[in-house]
Amino acid sequence: MRKLLRHWEFILLILLVGVFILMSNLSPYFLNLRNLLDSTVHFTEKGVIAVCMAFIIISGNMDLSVASNMAMSAAVMGIAFRSGIGIWPSALLCLLVGMAGGLFNGLIITRVKLPAMVATLATFSLYRGIAYVLLGNQAITGYPYEFATLGQGYFPGTNIPNQFVIFIALAVIFGFILHKTTFGRSVYAIGNNEDACRYSGLPVDRIKVILFTVNGLLAGLAAVLLTSRIYSTRPNIALNYELEIITAVVLGGVSIKGGRGSMIGVVLALFLIGASRFGMSLLNIPGQMMTVVIGLMLIIAILLPQLLDRLSGKQGKTA
Amino acid sequence: MSRKRLLVVGVLLVALVFALPAYARDFTIAMVVKGAGNPFFEACRKGGEEATGELGLNFIFQAPATPTSEGQIELIDALIAQQVDAILVSANDPDALVPMLRRAMDRGIIVVAFDSGVAPAGRHLFLNQADMELIGRIQVQMLAEMIDGEGEIAILSATSTMANQNTWIQWMQEELKEPEYAKMDLVAIVYGDDLREKSYNEALGLFRSRPNLKGIISPTTVGLAATARALEDQGLSGKIALTGLGLPSEMAEYIRNGTSEAIALWNPIDLGYVSTYMAHGLLTGTLKGEIGEVVNVGRMGERTITEAADGGLEVVLGAPFVFDIDNIDEWADVY
Repeated sequence: MRKLLRHWEFILLILLVGVFILMSNLSPYFLNLRNLLDSTVHFTEKGVIAVCMAFIIISGNMDLSVASNMAMSAAVMGIAFRSGIGIWPSALLCLLVGMAGGLFNGLIITRVKLPAMVATLATFSLYRGIAYVLLGNQAITGYPYEFATLGQGYFPGTNIPNQFVIFIALAVIFGFILHKTTFGRSVYAIGNNEDACRYSGLPVDRIKVILFTVNGLLAGLAAVLLTSRIYSTRPNIALNYELEIITAVVLGGVSIKGGRGSMIGVVLALFLIGASRFGMSLLNIPGQMMTVVIGLMLIIAILLPQLLDRLSGKQGKTA
Repeated sequence: MSRKRLLVVGVLLVALVFALPAYARDFTIAMVVKGAGNPFFEACRKGGEEATGELGLNFIFQAPATPTSEGQIELIDALIAQQVDAILVSANDPDALVPMLRRAMDRGIIVVAFDSGVAPAGRHLFLNQADMELIGRIQVQMLAEMIDGEGEIAILSATSTMANQNTWIQWMQEELKEPEYAKMDLVAIVYGDDLREKSYNEALGLFRSRPNLKGIISPTTVGLAATARALEDQGLSGKIALTGLGLPSEMAEYIRNGTSEAIALWNPIDLGYVSTYMAHGLLTGTLKGEIGEVVNVGRMGERTITEAADGGLEVVLGAPFVFDIDNIDEWADVY
């Protein structure tokens, strides 16, 4: 049992089951497949970015700019659409702008040798600022009907939101890359000891640039999904998303110091946060209380492994 | 246990069983506001509680922890899932909430927007706090009372392109044409752009360029507070009268020390109260949501459904609420 408890994913699974049992007892509307599936859209946009954020944090880095990057790419998409180039080319442009934002992050981190935290803190302001400069206080609306299918539609013949399908597909792909490829192993290695990786000839900088560029690309994708869901663009979209994404990744068992974590943990953490928030909304628990609960979960996530370590260490000594 | 007592318990149980469906049919009205911990919306909530109490409805109040549309959308999704009967919403964004509110309407939920509206596609009715004409006229009336209807006056507005302010100013000028204001002379309209520093400097400019100035109207909360501070800093409190649209909490000290004897703004309690009655009318079917229909709004009397500027339907709350020395203590803490 103790061995199982050492596996953070197992604890997350128990917590998730616990939340399901608790919430379905407290609210008659919780255990309803359609409601539950509908509620996933509130975390799948964040989840799309979280799958790559996991790589970045495992490699010992951080990206604070993703939400601002979303706003910037969405703003460019809105302006492109308004200029009349059509919605799908505009969406493609959105992905490219997000990717460029990520690439820029990667370049200043590897070329200027700034810590990722500092570099992306700067672009956190920069990208949001660009969104405000581009759009001012105006909103862009009037997207065509077919664009809504992406963020509001369901997978043909089911009640599963398209966004959810996209998120699961990405989680599987990124999980495979993280756990089953040399690229994934190098990411862990960099997180454990970057200098050693450099000396052993691993292309550390190139890997970092790739990670941040892909993270930006996914921010662009999340921006397309969010825009399609709320059907409008404003420079203040996705406020605080970066913190919620990092929260999910860390709650998923990814070590903030790098080198440790798994994709299944991150996915479980997203489900756990999503189910808790949905359940609490159904019980009409005030919004501030929800953030308190999520905060407490995060503290437990960070403390529990250390506590368990200490506990088993003590027992080892006395025995 | 006696047989009699058993019988009583039995009857009570049966009564309960019959009473339950009746209780379950009670309408539930949910209010979703822009953000948590905002005194303005706590006042709206009071109005909603008052009206649901009078009408015998269940009332839910919800606000996202941070004032974002995404947070509101998530809350509205949960309200749809728990099958509430009506949603009253003050939106962080007039467009972003529309898809989710449309889903609510598709599932038979009544949507009434108040305070900050949503686009017509996402609502049944909007409660518009501002009757443009009354808001414009009342500011001239308040100032005329302060300066006995005589002397030079000026307006310190927001930006020159603000639609609301410009419409109010037009109605002020209309009101000034009435014979009782023949001795009042509007000598300047200046724009502080809703920035504190610029508004403050524009006020100073007015004091210098118009030595005979008797009164100022500032139809914007930022401009009003900045002008009040400028008057105090220059020792002109009581020499130049000041009124306009302002937040009681921001203006309390100036009202108490006489820099501005009275200000106006809409009453948030009434906003919550009236929007609840509007939703109730649509729920019970006494309202169909058509232009010209008369809405019963409890202690506030009656209002009529009209076409809004955005093409949707709205109900106008009515005359703004006046705050002065007699009621400012009560309102300063509210919003």
